[in-house]
Amino acid sequence: MLEVRDLHAYYGKSHILQGVDMHIDAGEVVSLLGRNGVGRSTTVKAIMGEVPPQGSIWFKGADIAGLPSYRIAHLGLGYVPEHRDIFPGLTVRQNLMLGIKDPRRAGKWRLEDMLEMFPNLAARADTAAGVLSGGEKQMLTICRTLMGDPELVMIDEPTEGLAPLIVQQVGDLIAEIARRGVAILLVEQKLSIAMRISHRLYVMGHGRIVFEGTPAELKANAAVRQEWLEV
Amino acid sequence: MNTQLLVQLLINGLVVGTLYGVVAMSFVLIYKASQVVNFAQGELLLIGAWVCWWLLTKYQVPFYLGMPITLVFMFVFGIAIQVVILRPMIGEPIISVIMVTIALSTVFSAMMKWMFGVNLQPFPRVFNTQNVNVLGLQVQTVYLMSLAVSLAMIVGMAWFFRLSKYGLAMRATAFNQQVAQSLGISVKSVFAMAWAISATVSAVAGVVVAVVNGVSAGLSAYGVKVFPAAILGGLDSVGGAVLGGIIIGLLENVAHFVDSEYLHWGNLYEIAPFYALIIILMIKPYGLFGTKDIERV
Ligand SMILES: Nc1ncnc2c1ncn2[C@@H]1O[C@H](COP(=O)(O)OP(=O)(O)OP(=O)(O)O)[C@@H](O)[C@H]1O
Ligand SMILES: [Mg+2]
Repeated sequence: MLEVRDLHAYYGKSHILQGVDMHIDAGEVVSLLGRNGVGRSTTVKAIMGEVPPQGSIWFKGADIAGLPSYRIAHLGLGYVPEHRDIFPGLTVRQNLMLGIKDPRRAGKWRLEDMLEMFPNLAARADTAAGVLSGGEKQMLTICRTLMGDPELVMIDEPTEGLAPLIVQQVGDLIAEIARRGVAILLVEQKLSIAMRISHRLYVMGHGRIVFEGTPAELKANAAVRQEWLEV
Repeated sequence: MNTQLLVQLLINGLVVGTLYGVVAMSFVLIYKASQVVNFAQGELLLIGAWVCWWLLTKYQVPFYLGMPITLVFMFVFGIAIQVVILRPMIGEPIISVIMVTIALSTVFSAMMKWMFGVNLQPFPRVFNTQNVNVLGLQVQTVYLMSLAVSLAMIVGMAWFFRLSKYGLAMRATAFNQQVAQSLGISVKSVFAMAWAISATVSAVAGVVVAVVNGVSAGLSAYGVKVFPAAILGGLDSVGGAVLGGIIIGLLENVAHFVDSEYLHWGNLYEIAPFYALIIILMIKPYGLFGTKDIERV
């Protein structure tokens, strides 16, 4: 479904991505792990067209490298950026409505379902989203992207800075997304959720993929964990 | 004290002020979506008024057809300005884009003078009755029409920003272009839509003024009034712009009253709104409803 070959990206002169190769199949849950600053966010931004990519990126048989991000979104690639960028002046409901790409088509996710799944969001449906807690904002950004009915959703560090209980809830939502047949690329630093729900994992180091395998294989490979993951 | 004159002037102020509010609202629309301060807003009123006048007088098109044709024309014209003139400037500093709107204002007003002359042209009669009686007060029909149209525009705009997909997309784009794009919103078409709607709403206001006062180059002066109105309202607040407009309209007329009854300075009503603006900005630097991040303007 998504096929990335020899992806390079630069910020000014600094060469951040130095040939990333990865692929995600339909319905698959894949995690992208790595320490701070190795280029995980840059990878998803380059796929999404927010950082100019060099190399080839194929999504559902179309070459999307360098397309503007709104076109990529319309092809069915969803993106939940880091930092929980909700629209604070808009209500929770309006934030969700903005995610809808085609109002005529009923997708896998309906606004009512979302509010039912998250009573906290339902209670604040018509208040400004700016007042939500960090965990609620994270749920809202994920739900907002889901409203567009993506076939693959890339989620960048959804659990960063959240309390363990909320991390658990984010994990449950991601598992639910997978259960409904949506492919996921999860960018994470913590191993907990990634190990629990992923079919495959990539580990990134210095702008390259340094490991690819199943959770069991990563568990068995102490060398990789020590060199590229543990602090 | 001449109470009757005061009441008359207050009604005047309310009617004109609501119209200022509508123009200010269409100005804020562009500012909110793209941070561009449009110095050609008044010319959009003027063009709308001339186009409608031209259809009605040269082709004897009835008003109920001439008006919608004008609005469709202005919608397309607004898109054209954005796509042809402003889109190539994406990535340039905002100040350059603002300079371009100043140039547009000059070019448009010169073109209108060249095409339609410099004289005031009376607008064909739209209503058969001149006056109607409202609660014992004789009110000109055109005034009521102006107020009704303005209110309809304001309600329409409120609906647009709260419930319509494009209105929400515009607010989202104003807040964070990158996130909006990642949700499938095309920033380019949001900008084009902002200009289209702004031009259309301004044209409605332009035609209303034309029906009341006739058409002349002086009509674009309404564009100058949007500055105090919009700044008073806080530049990025649509509701604030409407209220700002009403305040400016009332202030002008109260100043006119004070001047004609007591002071006899002659032109107080023209400058009073600007004094009020300075005083209010000294107390509330971001306008009555503005948010802090418009400081950079
Ligand atoms: N806008 C930018 N301009 C210049 N350099 C940047 C920019 N954004 C990121 N970088 C640099 O690029 C490198 C990779 O950043 P990236 O955001 O992809 O890291 P990451 O793996 O997502 O880690 P984390 O999210 O924990 O910071 C870092 O060294 C970072 O300093
Ligand atoms: Mg990151």
